[in-house]
Amino acid sequence: MPDKRITEEDVVAELRDGMTIGVGGWGSRRKPMSLVRAIARSPLQDLTIVSYGGPDVGLLCATGKVKKVVYAFVSLDSIPLEPHFRVARQTGAVSTLELDEGMFLLGLQAAAWRVPFLPTRVGLGSDVLDRQPEIRTVVSPYDDGETFVAAPALTLDAALVHMHRGDAGGNGQYLNVDPYFDDLFCMAATRRFMSVEQVQDTDDLRSNGPVQTLKINRLMTDGIVEAPFGAHFTECVPDYPRDEVFQKEYAGSAKTTEAWGAWKAKYLDCGDHDQYRKVVGL
Amino acid sequence: MSAGGGPDSTPGPETAGRSRAGAGANHGLAADLVTRAEYCVVAVAECFRGDGEILANPIGTIPMIGGRVARASFEPDLVMTDGEATFVSGPYPVGATDTVKVVEAWNPYRSMFDMVWSGRRHVMMGASQIDRFGNQNFAFVGSWEQPKAQLLGFRGAPGNTIQNTTSYWIPNHSPKVFVPKVDVVTGVGYDRAAALGPEASRYHEIRRVVTNLGVLDFATPDHTMRLHSVHPGVSVDEIVAATGFDLVVPDDVGETRAPTPDELELIQHVVDPHGLREQEVPTP
Repeated sequence: MPDKRITEEDVVAELRDGMTIGVGGWGSRRKPMSLVRAIARSPLQDLTIVSYGGPDVGLLCATGKVKKVVYAFVSLDSIPLEPHFRVARQTGAVSTLELDEGMFLLGLQAAAWRVPFLPTRVGLGSDVLDRQPEIRTVVSPYDDGETFVAAPALTLDAALVHMHRGDAGGNGQYLNVDPYFDDLFCMAATRRFMSVEQVQDTDDLRSNGPVQTLKINRLMTDGIVEAPFGAHFTECVPDYPRDEVFQKEYAGSAKTTEAWGAWKAKYLDCGDHDQYRKVVGL
Repeated sequence: MSAGGGPDSTPGPETAGRSRAGAGANHGLAADLVTRAEYCVVAVAECFRGDGEILANPIGTIPMIGGRVARASFEPDLVMTDGEATFVSGPYPVGATDTVKVVEAWNPYRSMFDMVWSGRRHVMMGASQIDRFGNQNFAFVGSWEQPKAQLLGFRGAPGNTIQNTTSYWIPNHSPKVFVPKVDVVTGVGYDRAAALGPEASRYHEIRRVVTNLGVLDFATPDHTMRLHSVHPGVSVDEIVAATGFDLVVPDDVGETRAPTPDELELIQHVVDPHGLREQEVPTP
């Protein structure tokens, strides 16, 4: 088994301007925030971010990394609308591909299976289809002859996910109730990077939970980053809940440029993930 | 939360003052003993009548209360989620985080699409804008490129409306919400569904729109929105004035029914003991 252990900075070094990057997790849940912050601190720009969006999208928008967001929602859960993303949209700073949540799943699955689209009724009659000419329809070649939406493959240059546990070879394990779409993000991408709360010996993973929790296998990953509290401030139960107080402070920083500047100076410009943990007190 | 649902919205503070004319009397069902919010709850519950064994997925405080009341009374076979990744038995209180729930099944987000796309679900969503054919918008207001107000995004609305039964809950019935034309079509209305033809639209059904003022449906020849009932204390004129398009108003519009004594007991003491419903729809 190879040893794929790397750092957040190594991950950033693999990324380029203009890349399409998928981010796992869901809303403000189990987001690979140490990787996202490393990108936010880097000179990278013009990124297309593909995400069941949370503060990953907001933070990258606020730091000017984003050209386009491919999304169905961007939310902080307990704060329904992501304020930094709202600022980016309402100032016209980012373009979007607007998707239904289910089309999003099909797009990842299509990319993972290396087909250009998957057929669905989802989107028919809505402005997802009618106002986005890049999303097209397909006619069934069978006797029914029905017209379907051809949900386009969301092919990614890179995927970033955060799991609870993993091993040095890049197998990953989730311990909360929902795997979200992290395996599909990895399968849809050329370069796949997973942060974990803790790297363990492979043999120890089974004692954490049933075999079904070993959702990410090493064929899906190119690099693994050990990042305790790597999902902070998003939820990463059972290891830790969402840091609601911190999230509120983050959300509040979207109100003025001064507030954002202060937040950024304190929590981003402080340095790498170890420094961040010291500043936050994790 | 589920496809189409917002991520969990945490309810606000725990208690709400009740404004109940005649409070102190026995549980009677005269209009002045039932709050507006309780009529809304019953109107929501009625949306699920006859659904049988399907996933009832009401999103929002009063919708969740209504769905749970429906299951605990006249639709016992309904399946309901915990708002995250499991199906749970009930009833249990809304807004409580310490309730031990009986888990029936695992339903992570990606499984929700299996339920939606196989049609085994009736969702109740919100709407920032809705038109007379039931086209819904909660994505953003203003232009596509630079919206005046970025809202939820498309969420699961396109898939929900074209694949399973949909109802809407609107706690603030006003011309700002009930508009002649929505800025963006997230949820598909009857005119657009009809234009797709009978095959593509065969799973499309918008059953009802429940608001703080009354109940609306689409039981008209061209499926334009019709006034179904007014909540007691609300006039037909009031609803017409709060609707920004021509509403079909039958000659004999009735009142939304009152909760039965058992339903009122369920609402007040089992499903919403802290009165969260009164925060969402205060009694005028």
